[in-house]
Amino acid sequence: MAERFSSVDDVVTRLRSADYLADTGIAGVVYLADRLEKPVLVEGPAGVGKTELAKAIAEVTGSRLIRLQCYEGLDESKALYEWNYKKQLLRIQADREHESDWETVEADIFAEPFLLTRPLLEAIRAEEPIVLLIDEVDRVEVETEALLLEVLSDFQVSIPELGTIVGRQRPIVLLTSNNTRELSEALKRRCLYLHIDYPELEREKEIVRVRVPEIDDALAEQIAQVVRSIRALDVKKAPSISETIDWARTLLYLGHDSVDSKVIDETLHVLLKYQTDIAKARKELVDTPKVGTGLPASRG
Amino acid sequence: MHFAKLSHAMSRNELEIPSGVGGGVMLDVLQGFVHELRAAGLPVSMTENLDAMRGVEQIPLTERDAFREVLAATLVKSFRHRRAFDTVFDVYFSLYTGGVDGEGEPGGEPGDQDEAGGIPGQQGSGGSGEGMSNEALAEMLMAALMNMDQDQLRQLAAMAVTRFAGMEPGRPVGGTYYLYRTLRQLDYDALAGRLMERAAQQAGGEGEGDPETDLQARFAREEYERRLRELRDMIEAEIRRRLVADRGVEAMARTLRKPLPEDIDFMHASREEMQQLQRAIEPLTRALAARLAQRRKRKNRGHLDFRSTVRHSLSYGGVPAEPKFKSPRPSKPEIMVVADISGSVASFARFTLQFVYAIAGQFSKVRSWVFIDGIDEVTRFFQESDELTEAVQRVNTEADVVWVDGHSDYGHAFEVFRDRHLAEITPKTSIILLGDARNNYHAASAWVLKDLRQRARRLYWLNPEPRGYWDTGDSIVSEYGVHCDGVYECRNLRQLQRFVAAVVEA
Repeated sequence: MAERFSSVDDVVTRLRSADYLADTGIAGVVYLADRLEKPVLVEGPAGVGKTELAKAIAEVTGSRLIRLQCYEGLDESKALYEWNYKKQLLRIQADREHESDWETVEADIFAEPFLLTRPLLEAIRAEEPIVLLIDEVDRVEVETEALLLEVLSDFQVSIPELGTIVGRQRPIVLLTSNNTRELSEALKRRCLYLHIDYPELEREKEIVRVRVPEIDDALAEQIAQVVRSIRALDVKKAPSISETIDWARTLLYLGHDSVDSKVIDETLHVLLKYQTDIAKARKELVDTPKVGTGLPASRG
Repeated sequence: MHFAKLSHAMSRNELEIPSGVGGGVMLDVLQGFVHELRAAGLPVSMTENLDAMRGVEQIPLTERDAFREVLAATLVKSFRHRRAFDTVFDVYFSLYTGGVDGEGEPGGEPGDQDEAGGIPGQQGSGGSGEGMSNEALAEMLMAALMNMDQDQLRQLAAMAVTRFAGMEPGRPVGGTYYLYRTLRQLDYDALAGRLMERAAQQAGGEGEGDPETDLQARFAREEYERRLRELRDMIEAEIRRRLVADRGVEAMARTLRKPLPEDIDFMHASREEMQQLQRAIEPLTRALAARLAQRRKRKNRGHLDFRSTVRHSLSYGGVPAEPKFKSPRPSKPEIMVVADISGSVASFARFTLQFVYAIAGQFSKVRSWVFIDGIDEVTRFFQESDELTEAVQRVNTEADVVWVDGHSDYGHAFEVFRDRHLAEITPKTSIILLGDARNNYHAASAWVLKDLRQRARRLYWLNPEPRGYWDTGDSIVSEYGVHCDGVYECRNLRQLQRFVAAVVEA
């Protein structure tokens, strides 16, 4: 089958065209996933761009993105397929007048028109190239995880009434996890593993500039610096990339062209969502910004 | 085809294959690598091993970063294990890629590069860096740090190692020794301050006397600290590379082998390992809490809710197709933790308390006491402060636990506990006792535990000592143990996690 990317650098360049800045780790794993035709399990703190990665890949490869949002209690009928009971009941009731024999009715109601396809089955039956995103897989129970295994390793599903349906192509499959629980060994074994962490200063600055094009270089740099500074504090919930971007937009909207303690003080709540965190950051960055040991004030 | 690529890469780099590997074939190296990962405790399955083999065919070894990520993606499936992986990777592949500088000819033509002299260990010193004074080296280092010139910095790091580490082939010293020698000579700790001064001088001309300087200074310092960390990593990598060249891959990997965070022994953790534990404990407890909450929800499915079932059957024409159940009131156990916090077992008690409180939501009530020879209830610290680490800190400093001489006296502590709290123990209470039961030959008062157990739902004892040491010297675990529902060895996070999960489900 056609390979989607020609090299690791190709991944970087093309993802960049979709406004996604991948580092070597991300690009390397995406490239490998394409070559080995294996799903990728993406872990990392909330808001570092796990879901965005799937969207960007779909965009640059010209694929349709099919998304399965996981939640507690997700089961086969919501992930794979379901028979449309109500329609089947209607069909049987409508049949009473015609008195056709049971075999016909049965063959009738377990056929295509009564099948409700859910994301996984939809991905398998798709004709066009797709990217399958299984989001927040750590939210489903361990038992439900098992229903993903057949899909992940062979890209097929078995439906008792219809037989086994095999996918026509191998899409890129991404699973994301916020690591609220340890995933099963069986699932991990079938996947490549990618851990996305908060970006380095330079990359974060670039991300801000790409996502908020109106911003100027100096402000983007300051924003990245403040965010790094806050992440270094021991906060409950460190600011994510999306919050950094929100903050950049906020500053722009308020018409600030540089960051000082006053600006931080007024807009800190965009970056941090816990009162204790805000208090801590305020103490460090706003009230007593004096730091360092014996730093001479720079004066001409 | 990948063999061709690899051997090409290798011949270009004029590699010296370390003695332990032999043959120079990628697959051999990879097998040794995987073997070492397993020895370090990482679970690498057969399939993952095969994936790694297929993976390395896709990425040339020369793209070192991507190569590392690809191997990690196939072999390491947990972020906690990444550190261990990186260490092993650096040992196994340090000779193959990224020498002194990007294009490095390790051991090749030393005269070729001015500063990078005398690379693999055997040569010790040499290279034309000798002509330079220490002051000049320091000056160049400062300049490189100011501009963050990666290549130059790496060369200077190599030079500093040659000059200051005093490495001798065959000497059985760990890399840390050389690292600290080098850093001390470079006056590493003062470098951040010096960089700041220099930056201030440069900026000084522009006369920015605005109130922002403090904030800016903070950012600048953070930036320089990051650069210095990078320099430190470079020096460490360089030392490791020379050591590997000297001693061979496998010996080196064995020396550097460290326990995974969940296997670190509470009682003998170094300061660095303590920090690792601290970082590991939070995600572990979060994962455990989530799992337990889910399991409870599923396990206790209540009785059939007849009304609701009938109501829902209406949409199926009166057929009760979808049975509905009542959600039951979960019965949560109540926990009392009684911990010895004398010197030898203090860190164990600290982590256990932190662990139990982190999943406090799983219990209807958690109360805790700490003792040495006196006993004090510390529940209030956990109620008062938002953050667990802070609470634990206060337990260590503020709890009133010394009665006579500050040597563990289990007997007395238990007696006092019984006198004050026996009436509060109900059949819903599980009691967890923590300690090594080294009683300094005081009276055991084991009968107290018998009383406690009669009233409580369960009574457990966790001992941070290896099972082999129990009942040796002044340890009287068994004397207490006969009155407990279970006595468990609990030396690391893995065992602790297993125990806590069992208690919640009991």
